[in-house]
This record gives sequence, C-alpha cells and structure tokens, in this order.
Amino acid sequence: MVETILTIAAGIMLVAIILAIIRFVKGPSYTDRIIAFDVMTISSLAIIATVAYFANRIIYLDIAMVYGILSFLGVLIVARYLEKGL
Amino acid sequence: MNLLAVIGAFITLAGSIFLLLGSIGLLRMPDPYNRIQAGTKASTLGTILTFTGILLIVPGWWGKLLILIISVIITNPVSSHVLARASHYIKVPLTKSTLVDKYRDEEEYIAVNDKKSDNT
Repeated sequence: MVETILTIAAGIMLVAIILAIIRFVKGPSYTDRIIAFDVMTISSLAIIATVAYFANRIIYLDIAMVYGILSFLGVLIVARYLEKGL
Repeated sequence: MNLLAVIGAFITLAGSIFLLLGSIGLLRMPDPYNRIQAGTKASTLGTILTFTGILLIVPGWWGKLLILIISVIITNPVSSHVLARASHYIKVPLTKSTLVDKYRDEEEYIAVNDKKSDNT
C-alpha cells in the first residue's frame, strides 16, 4: 500500500521535472531558464527523499542537503551575475 | 501496515501533486515574474509536504528531514526574491496586460528626488 502510493508519487515528480525541462529548453529569457533549473532541482530533492525510503538508507538525505545548498548557491550566483555585481 | 505510514504516503502524494502543478504553471504563465511566482511557491509547498510524509513513514529519520525542511523554507524564497530583483534590473519585459509596476514607479520617484536635492 505505502510502496504503491510512493511509486505513483515518484512518477508524478518525474513528470514535473520533465515539464520543467521543456521550459528550460524553450524559455525566451534568462529568468525562465534559471527558474526552470530551480524547479528541477527542488523536485529532485523530493525524488531523492523518496528513493532514500525505497533503498532504506539515511545517507541519501545528506546528498539531498548538499544538492539543495548547491542549487541555492547556483541561482544566487547567476542572479548576482545578471545584476552585473560579479 | 500501520495508519501513520498510510497517512504519510498520502501526504507525499499531495506534495508530488503540488510539484506537478508548479511545473504546469511554469509552462502556462505568460511572463517571467508570474513563472517565478508559480514555480517557487508551489514547489516549496510540495517539497515540504513530501519531506513531512517521509517523516511520518520513517519517524527515525526526523533529524535530517527537519534540517532539510528548514533549509528549504529559508533558501527557496530568498532565491526567488533575488531572481525577481535581478530580472527587474535587466528590464525583462512584463506581460501586456500589466496595469501597475510600483517598483519602477518608486525608482523613478527616488531618482527625481535625488536630482532635486542635488540642485538645492
């Protein structure tokens, strides 16, 4: 029961990442691409947490932490570059 | 099968639906500011709900999941705010049905006042 629902949830998150990739390829301005990248990484955090349940390993949550911090820093650096502060 | 795990699974499903709605908003909204709004707010709520669901399914992992939830709550609005400010700075055009842009009005007001204070 629990595993079936979590599999469906992981599939829905994967569809969300694919829709964000479409916006990442199509997006006419820089802002669209960065925000699509942000949505992709945030959805990946949720998928990593689900996979950590399936594999029954707590160490995957550490990977999710590092990934979230790196995506935050990436968005911050690109925004700083667009403001010509870099 | 205990009840808490089933409730957690349904909360995870709700979180994934919020993530999907955020991505659909990312595709359908007309200009970059609306896309920032749709993408960031919905995906923040979806991720928090997903982590809460995993927390209910596996209660032994509460420490790291709590750190993840707090870091998502802190970092995601900051990144969306910085991105909106940068895209207003490089003058990304708004959609055609926009009525007011108070941020630009305020900047013009400050510029006019600075010029006045320089003259006197």
